[in-house]
Amino acid sequence: MAKRILTLIVDPIKCDAYGHCAEIAPEIIALDPWGYPIIRGQVAGAAKAHAEMAVRQCPRQALSIKASNVDVDRPVGSTRR
Amino acid sequence: MNGYRLLEGVNPTSSLSLGEHIEVHGPLNLPGKRGNQAWADAMLHELEISGLTGRGGGRFPTATKVAYVASQRRKGRMVVNLMEGEPASQKDSVLAAFAPHLILDGAQVLAALIGADRIVICIADDNDRIAQLMERAIADRRGLDERPMEIERPHGRYVASEETALAHFFDEGASLPRFRPSRPSPVIAKGRVLLVDNAETCANVGLIARHGGQWWSSGDATHSPESTLVTISGAVDAPGVFEVALGTSLGDIVALARPRGGIAGILLGGYGGTWVSPSALDSPYSPSGMAAHGGNLGAGIVVVLGADVCPIAETARIARWMANESAGQCGPCLFGLPRMAGQIEALATGRHSANADRSLLDLTDILEGRGACAHPDGVIRMVRSALHVFADDVATHQHQKTCGRVGAKTYLTLPPQEELF
Ligand code: SF4
Ligand code: SF4
Repeated sequence: MAKRILTLIVDPIKCDAYGHCAEIAPEIIALDPWGYPIIRGQVAGAAKAHAEMAVRQCPRQALSIKASNVDVDRPVGSTRR
Repeated sequence: MNGYRLLEGVNPTSSLSLGEHIEVHGPLNLPGKRGNQAWADAMLHELEISGLTGRGGGRFPTATKVAYVASQRRKGRMVVNLMEGEPASQKDSVLAAFAPHLILDGAQVLAALIGADRIVICIADDNDRIAQLMERAIADRRGLDERPMEIERPHGRYVASEETALAHFFDEGASLPRFRPSRPSPVIAKGRVLLVDNAETCANVGLIARHGGQWWSSGDATHSPESTLVTISGAVDAPGVFEVALGTSLGDIVALARPRGGIAGILLGGYGGTWVSPSALDSPYSPSGMAAHGGNLGAGIVVVLGADVCPIAETARIARWMANESAGQCGPCLFGLPRMAGQIEALATGRHSANADRSLLDLTDILEGRGACAHPDGVIRMVRSALHVFADDVATHQHQKTCGRVGAKTYLTLPPQEELF
């Protein structure tokens, strides 16, 4: 089954680890040990307004929101075993 | 029946000349510059039924990639990837040295399929010998081909062979990957959409264009089914490049290079590939056969690890080298890979903290999927597979600090770097 989802995307080349975004949208952005954002989960519900604000306020314009259709029956692969 | 298809008729001491090449493989008939839709449709169909996948490591279906580029409104340009950025790989250079015209034939076919104006062959700036040989092969074909071919020499480093890094090089001379927010997305340089295919992939297209996709996948009385080039190195007496039929057991393939003694593990694919345990030696060397052991054929690299060295130290050497090869553009790669390498080095030498394997796995989870290119994910894959395949050694290091083999000589092919142990 296909489902339309919104994902927050970081351009890791542009991002300079100001960490601004994690303060604006803590629901879906955590910071790694070096201050670079880790996106957790989709852009939905209460997080949506915050995610949009983070996109607007990122000093490096490194964030964007992408819409995509995903096959919800197919798990996303990982090399972890 | 030998496995030779790509290397058919090659002479061990010299390149197949254009005349010899045509004698071995027959002439290649392509439509003229203005193209021919019926020919293109039929050729794409043959590529599709062949099942050919990219030999640079990605193993993505070539027909799908060609169709995607051909469907773009922008005009196309063909790029042959002969960068061979993997230090343990030699197969593209060997193919170019012995059968350059098969690569160029395939490039002409692919260029015609996407309506390319020209063909650019990328050879690393530290590989002059192959650049000279290809230069000569191109000169020998003058007047034969519809589309002009030229050689470009990007910087010879690991990530320079990545598609977007090649595009970046064409545009600005910088061999740095670009960020692609979604896939598939066209790779564009100089206003053209690029079709980038590995040299071995191109050579296979040269065979499919002559004999068809069915022949290519199943072979005939004198030719094996689908073959692939492998570069075998490590604890072997006769390292080198071999053409093998897909499905040959990994053990038979390793035997070609005459292993020296006990085998602790085999690194498959590349330095961003996967370690597999010696139990994989009994399995067929094919995508599914190796997937059963968590492995992937990647760029055809097979590194045999002897039982007399410390696998953790060897893994650390690769991780450190890969960390140094980061293009330094993305934080998680720039800072995360050195930390990962440091943690493995600590585990190798007994300077680690408690639960070092746990914290290494946590670090791989933090870093996964966060680079602009797949470089960090490759290192993560390699490290995770090491922790799995060498779990006993990891436990030994964890509890007894070290294993007594840490200082042993390395089996890896790595450009000069600082001695770690
Ligand atoms: S605000 Fe922008 S630059 Fe700063 S950490 Fe977030 S994505 Fe990176
Ligand atoms: S992930 Fe690493 S190698 Fe890839 S572009 Fe970013 S910094 Fe460069």
